[in-house]
Amino acid sequence: MDSSTPRSVTVSGAAVAPDACAARRRKVGTIGFFFRHHRLAAAGGLIVALFVLAGALAPVVSPFDPDQNDVQATLALPNAKHWLGTDHLGRDLLSRVIYGGRMSLYISFVAVGVGGAIGIAMGTLAGFYRRLDAPLMRLNEVLLAFPGIVVALTAIAILGRGLENLIAAIAIVQIPQYARLAHGLTLAIRDRVYVEAAVAIGAADRRILGRYILPNTIAPMIVQTTLLIPGAIMTAATMSFLGLGVTPPTAEWGAMLQNSLQWSVLAPHIMIVPGLALMLVVLGFNLFGDGLRDVLDPRLRQHASARGANVGQ
Amino acid sequence: MGSFIWQRIVGSIPVLFLVVTLVFFAFQLIPGDPARMLLGPEATQETVDRMRQELGLDKPVLVQYVNYLQRLVQGDLGKSIFTRRTVVVEMAAPFVNTFYLAIAAIIAATIPGIVLGTIAAVKQGTLWDHLASVFALLGISIPVFWLALLMMYLFSVQLKWLPSTGNQTAAHYIMPTITLATFSLAFIARMTRSSLLEVIRQDYVRTARAKGLPERVVVGYHALRNALVPVLIVVGLRFGYMLGGAVVAEQVFAWPGLGRLLISAVNQRDIPLIQGILLLFAGSFVVVNMIVDLFYGFLDPQIRYR
Repeated sequence: MDSSTPRSVTVSGAAVAPDACAARRRKVGTIGFFFRHHRLAAAGGLIVALFVLAGALAPVVSPFDPDQNDVQATLALPNAKHWLGTDHLGRDLLSRVIYGGRMSLYISFVAVGVGGAIGIAMGTLAGFYRRLDAPLMRLNEVLLAFPGIVVALTAIAILGRGLENLIAAIAIVQIPQYARLAHGLTLAIRDRVYVEAAVAIGAADRRILGRYILPNTIAPMIVQTTLLIPGAIMTAATMSFLGLGVTPPTAEWGAMLQNSLQWSVLAPHIMIVPGLALMLVVLGFNLFGDGLRDVLDPRLRQHASARGANVGQ
Repeated sequence: MGSFIWQRIVGSIPVLFLVVTLVFFAFQLIPGDPARMLLGPEATQETVDRMRQELGLDKPVLVQYVNYLQRLVQGDLGKSIFTRRTVVVEMAAPFVNTFYLAIAAIIAATIPGIVLGTIAAVKQGTLWDHLASVFALLGISIPVFWLALLMMYLFSVQLKWLPSTGNQTAAHYIMPTITLATFSLAFIARMTRSSLLEVIRQDYVRTARAKGLPERVVVGYHALRNALVPVLIVVGLRFGYMLGGAVVAEQVFAWPGLGRLLISAVNQRDIPLIQGILLLFAGSFVVVNMIVDLFYGFLDPQIRYR
C-alpha cells in the first residue's frame, strides 16, 4: 500500500494544500481505508486470513484427528458431533478440510516462493543483461507453450511422485509467469534516469540490481503473487485429484474428491465440502488480489489480465 | 502480407527446436536405467545390455540427441514402451477426439463470453454488470474437476439425463465441453468487458455517437470491432491450451483424448509416448499462435509493418 501513496500525492499535490495532502496520505495508507473502499477485496482478504489461520492452527482448532476413524459413524451427514459429517471411513470431514487447507497452503506457498525466486532472477537478469535476454526468454517461451497442468504432469513423470516432487512441479509452473513480469519491469526500469545516474557514478551491477531495480518491482510482484497462489493451489489439488500429487490417506482437498462420486448418492457432502473449501480459498485470493492490484499498481492490469492464460486450469 | 506470413513461419522454428531439445534433455534427468526399468529387476544384465544397444542407450547423450532429431524429421517419434505400437499411431485417434472437444469448448466459451462481457461493459455499473462480473469471478474460481463431479452427480447419477462417460453421441459432448469451457468463458468475458470499456472512451466512438449513429451501431460496429482484437488473441491462446489442457475434462468423463493418454503415459512412465504428446502439444500451440498472429495482422494493419 505504501508505494501507492507517493503517486496519489503527486496527482493531488498541485491543487490540495500540503497538510490536507498529508492527511489524505495517512488515510489512503491505512487498512481501514482499504476495507471501506474495496469491500470485495477486504472480504477476500478475510477469507484468506481465515484459511491461513485455520491451517496454521490446525492441530488446535480441528475437533478430531483427521485420520481417526469413527466406525460408529461412517458416511454420517452433518450433525452436532461432526459439523460437516464424516467420510466413508468415519473420519471427521471438518478436521480433514482444515488439514487439507493446511496442506494446500503449504504446497502453494513453498512452490510460489521457490518458483518466484527462480523466475524473478531469470527475468531480471534477462532484462538487465542484453546478452542473456534471448536465451533465457526463449526458454521461458517454451515453458509457456504448455498449460500449467501439463508442465506439472511432465515434472512428476520425470521426478516421480511424492510431496517434495509435487512442490517442485508446481514451482516450475510458476517460473515463466514471474520471469515474464520481472523481464518486462526490468526493461522498463533499466532506462530510467536514476539507473543511468547510478551507472554514471560507477555503481556495480549488483548494487544497481539490488538497490535500484529490484525494489521498484516489489509492488507488482506482490500483486502477481496474490494472483498466482490460487492457481498454484488449484494445480496442486488437480494433481492430487488425478492421483499424481498428495496421495490418500493424507488429507488434501483434491485427494479427498478423488473417489467422492462413488459415495455421492448416500453422502453428497463428501463431494461438496472439499470442493467448496477449494473454491472459497481461490475466490478469496482472487478478490483480494484484484483489490490489491487496484491499490498497489493500476498499471499492472494489462499484465495481470494475461496471467490466467496458462495458470491453474 | 506474404512476407509477414513467411516471417512468422520461419520465426516459429527456433522455438520448436528449443521445445524438442528441452523435451529430449529433460527426460535424461530421470534417475536409473530406462532399459532396466523397462525389463524389470529380474532381467539378466545381458538382456539389459542388449536392450540398451537396441534403444541406442549405450551411445553418448549427444549422439542419442542427434539420432533423436534425425528420426524426428522423418516423422518417427519412437514406440510406446507398453503397447509397442508407434507413438504416432497411439496419438492419432486421441488427437482427433481432443480436437473435436476443443472446438466445441472454444465455441461454447467465446460466444457467451463475448456476449456477457459486452453486456457488462455497455451496462456498466448496473445490476447486469454486477451479475456478469460475479458469474465471471465464479467461473474463474471454481475448480474444474469439482464442477465436472457436480455435473456428473446431478445430470448422470440423479437425473440420468446425460451419459457420464465416453464420446459416442452428441449428448456425450455436453458435460466435457462445459468443463473445458467454463474457465475460458469467464476469462473471455472479463477481457471483453475491460477491452470494450477502454475503447468506448476513445475519440472515434464519441465521433460516431456525435454524428447520430444509433447506439447499436456505435457499440456493435465501431467499438466492438476494435475491442475484440485483444480478445481474439486470448481466444486463440485458450484454444491452444485446450488442445493440451483438456486433461481434467477427459479424465473425469473418460474422453479418449490426448489428456487422458498423457495421464496414463505418466502413470506408466512411458517416456517415448510422453515426449511425443508434449511435442504434439507444443506443435499445435505454435500453429494456433501463428494463425492467431496472421489473423491479428489481418485485422490490425499496424502489426504487419512493425
